[in-house]
Amino acid sequence: MHEFLHMGGYAAYVWSSYGIAALVLAANAIAPYVQLRAAKRRIKNQIVAESEV
Amino acid sequence: MMRWFHQLGSPPYFYAFSKRISAGFAVLALGLIAWGIYGGLVLAPPDYQQGDAFRIIYVHVPSAWMSLFIYTSMAGAGAIALIWRMKLAEIFIICAAPLGASFTFLALVTGSVWGKPMWGTWWVWDARLTSELILLFLYLGVIALNNAIEEPRAAARACALLALVGVVNVPIIHYSVEWWNTLHQGPTVTRFDKPAMDIDMLLPLLITAIGFTLMFVWLVLVRMRAEILNRDARSRWVKKAILE
Repeated sequence: MHEFLHMGGYAAYVWSSYGIAALVLAANAIAPYVQLRAAKRRIKNQIVAESEV
Repeated sequence: MMRWFHQLGSPPYFYAFSKRISAGFAVLALGLIAWGIYGGLVLAPPDYQQGDAFRIIYVHVPSAWMSLFIYTSMAGAGAIALIWRMKLAEIFIICAAPLGASFTFLALVTGSVWGKPMWGTWWVWDARLTSELILLFLYLGVIALNNAIEEPRAAARACALLALVGVVNVPIIHYSVEWWNTLHQGPTVTRFDKPAMDIDMLLPLLITAIGFTLMFVWLVLVRMRAEILNRDARSRWVKKAILE
C-alpha cells in the first residue's frame, strides 16, 4: 500500500494529476444538473406568474 | 433511418430522447473510467524509462483525445448548423464548448505536471503544447462569442462559424509532433503498425478514453436539455414537460 502511494518517487506528480482530473470531471458532471434545475425552476416560476395575471 | 434523424432534430422529441438515454451513458461512462483508472494505476506495470510517472498518461491522453474529438464534433455540428439551419446542431455547439474547454485545460495541466519530472520544465513553447493552448483559446472564444451576442440563434451561428474555421487547428495539433521537432513525444497509440505499448498498459488507456467519450455524450445530452428548456421556455410543450 505504501509503495502504491509512493509511486516510485513520483507521488506528488501522479497524485496531483489525478486530483485535478477528479476535480474537473466532478465539476463537469455536476454543472449540467445545476443548469437543468435552474431552467426548470425558472419556467415553473414563469408559469405561476402567468397564471396569476 | 432518415425519418428517425428528422424526428431527433425536433427539440421536444430530442428532449424526451435525451432524458431516456443519458442515465445509461452515465453508468457506462463512470464504470469504464473506474475500470480504466484502476487498470492504469494498479494493474499496469511501471514504464521501463519513466517508472510510475508514466501513469499520468491515463488522465492526460484521454483528456487530450477529448479536446480534439469535441472540437471536431463541434465543427461538424457547425457545418450542419450553417447549411441546414438545424436548431439542435446550434445547441450542441453551445453545450459542447464548456466541456471541450475543461478537457483541454485538463490535458494542458496534466501534461505540465508530467513534463516537470520528465523534461525538467512545466512548460515549453513547442508546437504540440502551443497548438493545444490555441485550442483552449478557441473553446473560450466560442463561449465568449455566445455570451456576447444577445439573440441566441445569431450567437449560435457565429459560434458555428468559429467552430468550423478553428477546426484547421485540429490536424495541426495531431501532426505537430511529426512536422516539427518537439519535446513532446511522438504518437504511441495511433500508429499504423502495432502500437508501441504493452497491452497491459494500452488496454486501460483505451478503456479510459472510451469512458471519457461516453461521459461527454452523457453530459452534453443533459446540457442540451437545459439549453432547450431555456430557448423554448415559452412553448406549450415545455410547460407540459415541466408540469408533468
